[in-house]
Amino acid sequence: MKTFYWLVKRELWEHRGGFFWAPIITGGIFLLLNIMGIITAEVLGASHGIQIGASGALTQVIAEMDSGDMSKVGILLDVAMYAAMGLLIVVLGFVVFFYCLGALYDDRRDRSILFWKSLPISDASTVLSKVVSATVLAPAIAVVVGIIVGMLQLLILAITLSFHGVNVWQLLVLAHPFKVMFNLIGYIPLYVLWALPSVGWLLLCSAWARNKPFLWAVALPVATGLLISWFGIMGLFHLPTRWFWTNIVQRSLFSVFPGTGSLFGGTPHNAPHIDGLHALDLNTTYQLLGSPDLWIGVVAGAALLAGAIWFRRWRDDS
Amino acid sequence: MSAVITASGLSKRYKTSLALDDVSFQIPPGRIVGLIGPNGAGKTTALKAVLGLTDFSGELNVLGFDPRKQRDKLMGEVCFIADVAVLPRWIRVREVVDFVAHVHPRFDRSKCEAFLARTKLQAGQRVRQMSKGMIVQLHLALVMAIDAKLLILDEPTLGLDILYRKQFYQNLLEDYFDENKTIVVTTHQVEEVEHILTDLMFIRDGKIVLDADMDAVGARFAEVMVNADNADAARQLKPLDERQVFGKSIFLFDGVSRDLLEPLGEIRRPSISDLFVATMKGTYA
Repeated sequence: MKTFYWLVKRELWEHRGGFFWAPIITGGIFLLLNIMGIITAEVLGASHGIQIGASGALTQVIAEMDSGDMSKVGILLDVAMYAAMGLLIVVLGFVVFFYCLGALYDDRRDRSILFWKSLPISDASTVLSKVVSATVLAPAIAVVVGIIVGMLQLLILAITLSFHGVNVWQLLVLAHPFKVMFNLIGYIPLYVLWALPSVGWLLLCSAWARNKPFLWAVALPVATGLLISWFGIMGLFHLPTRWFWTNIVQRSLFSVFPGTGSLFGGTPHNAPHIDGLHALDLNTTYQLLGSPDLWIGVVAGAALLAGAIWFRRWRDDS
Repeated sequence: MSAVITASGLSKRYKTSLALDDVSFQIPPGRIVGLIGPNGAGKTTALKAVLGLTDFSGELNVLGFDPRKQRDKLMGEVCFIADVAVLPRWIRVREVVDFVAHVHPRFDRSKCEAFLARTKLQAGQRVRQMSKGMIVQLHLALVMAIDAKLLILDEPTLGLDILYRKQFYQNLLEDYFDENKTIVVTTHQVEEVEHILTDLMFIRDGKIVLDADMDAVGARFAEVMVNADNADAARQLKPLDERQVFGKSIFLFDGVSRDLLEPLGEIRRPSISDLFVATMKGTYA
């Protein structure tokens, strides 16, 4: 267990840039753009003589809102928090994708694998430490950064409004930052399961390819998909060609992007229509657990990881 | 004590060539074995088999473990320095010491830090900022702090300047080696290890062509400096090799009795490099 902790820590040392600085810089840019947007709006507003709330009109509006309107303001603020996270999630997807591709390849290329292999660590724990780094450590850091950025975003909005004489705190209590946090952190275990086939496939390519793991990882499923589309092989199994693209190509490459499970995963078609932000509530997202797609992916991912461990053990090209 | 490494019928075939051809040998504890051979003779393959880094056919027992099945356990008892610069380039001195200290049960941190204090290495320095010599110093500091039974060195001083090379072997002998430890070293710089080896193994085309301790080598091989008038008599005794120096011939004999050689001229113990060159004649032809 201690060894495993240090293995994961080792990954953080090596990938501080991707795991730690990438979300922070992205968050920083997001906030900066927001501030710039607000300043632009203020300047434009002032030059056109539009005054927001300065006359107390906005305060008036808020005072006159009924409870239903108030809850909408709250949702709006929640959206502001989720928006920060949205950008981070895209970045996280790319970070995890390229991390997995390099994880078992880079040290073979620079021969430092000979050093790692000179330590009493099994190849299985090496590979699993990389899975945990990709699916738990990196998302956890991104979520923490996302929450901080979201909070700052709320604060900036509040301060801006306060310049217009709007009582800040009255608005902030309408947001649900803890619910947002809870939803984001709670999503990580689901992400681990959903991302597993992608992580498995990318790590397998990383452990197997003698060179250019990216090319192999992308070209193999895409080329197979094209061949299948061309010859219509799926017809033999009474499945549409699209089946291969959604269930093999998409799952093996794009499942590392968080949220894809909820977007095109197996939400049951007869599920009641969920509107707005409730789609992000855990009791909605975790309905994915009921879909066979997820579990077939987990099994396939485990098999791919077993392959990655085998190649890590026996690939001999140093 | 039983042997540290026992190999019997070890073979390894790559796509086009036979890297190890039915090799058998035994290495007892407390020895420093030089595994010496031309490029592509199978040295590294043999070491990789011992370390469980490659598959092979035949029987191999290292410290009671099968390297194919129990590699991670084996690595608790074995240390390994491949030719320089296999430390990951992004890692810092502090980080690598921390990491090894926590994953290796036989690592003595104070020993490692004492050794590092004698070098110019800084705790925050990254491997990519170091010279080759410094990287080897760091690696050696890590390895010497591990109480391993077997140390494997594959061209450890390749590309180092003479100061680092001398220091490397000196540290190894003074601060590391004792009768409970075994060192296997491959190198092309034969002169440098000549005086520290206790055993010698020559490997050629995947076969062990010489496997003897240094005393036996001294007893078996003899170099004789012969005047021109005795040269024909010397050739009768079937020398391994003959070369000319200042009008005299130097003959290298394998297993010819001293009584026959003494009348011919001055007898010397051959250097390992001369022995090596004579044994490997025609390798690249």
